[in-house]
Amino acid sequence: MNTASTALDTPEEATGPSAAGPAPVEIVVAYGFWIFLLSDIIMFSALFASYAVLSGDTAGGPVGRDLFNLQHVAIETLCLLFSSYACGLGSLAIDAARLPAFYLCSALTFILGATFLGLEITEFVGMVAQGAGPTRSAFLSAFFALVGLHGVHVSIGLIWLAFMVAQVAAQGPRDYVLRRLHCFSLFWHALDIIWIALLTLVYLLGVGS
Amino acid sequence: MPQNPRDRAPGKERDKSSGSLATYTAGLGFALLLTAGSFFVGKTGLFWPPGLPVGLAVLAIAQMGVHLVFFLHIGTGADNHNNVLALAFGVLIVTLVVGGSLWIMMHLNANMMPAAAAMEMRN
Repeated sequence: MNTASTALDTPEEATGPSAAGPAPVEIVVAYGFWIFLLSDIIMFSALFASYAVLSGDTAGGPVGRDLFNLQHVAIETLCLLFSSYACGLGSLAIDAARLPAFYLCSALTFILGATFLGLEITEFVGMVAQGAGPTRSAFLSAFFALVGLHGVHVSIGLIWLAFMVAQVAAQGPRDYVLRRLHCFSLFWHALDIIWIALLTLVYLLGVGS
Repeated sequence: MPQNPRDRAPGKERDKSSGSLATYTAGLGFALLLTAGSFFVGKTGLFWPPGLPVGLAVLAIAQMGVHLVFFLHIGTGADNHNNVLALAFGVLIVTLVVGGSLWIMMHLNANMMPAAAAMEMRN
């Protein structure tokens, strides 16, 4: 009697994917980190929502059009984008065990990220100096909270990258080092996605409308 | 280690050896194009102003898609099932938080008495 089992061709289909055993560590780690990134994005979405609600409440103070310099913002955007690209090339290099290329790409990633951070700090300092600090209006409170949180993420990413390069130098491209590096590159690319939303909602709409 | 064909780590490509550099470079090219488009749409006065936010949102969402596919390698393959499912849940929550806040606050603003009238009632 083999007609009863015709619908179940392979053992895997008979019992579902979990019968193949636990997933490799590489997949579990990256999936967990992906969940973290999504929850991080959800945290950002709360600040995006508050910014969107408060962006009109300037309390007679400066509005976005007076404060934002789109040329400055364009340079920031390019820094982050090329930093992300360099990070991607770095992960290709380390996967192919080409260490010099990895160090070069990581250095580029770091320099571009640090340039972005420097530009952002310059912008913040300039705004506070002209009396448009976070205490001026609800709009500016929401602005500094949202853009500042992204800046904090970039700072943490830079520290993380420095640690990862040190780990590769000290311990070589071992499995667990590669897994951590992979999580870092996911983090770095996700920051880029948040920046796109920031660029559009805060800067382009702030200046355009 | 034998890999379950239905699983893939986010950010990993199925085929490691070929086409990866091309993927990142294509992603960079698309992202640059869309960024330039966003800045153009935002700066030029050619567009109908009320349509501006919609146009910018479309470009931004397209660029997020480019980043997801080309940099984070979140695709539509069968091995990417879990990653896409998690992403879909994230998108749902973000939509609820942002859309819901805007919706509620717009209605509250519309129903709010002007400040001057409220002051008069108190006196």
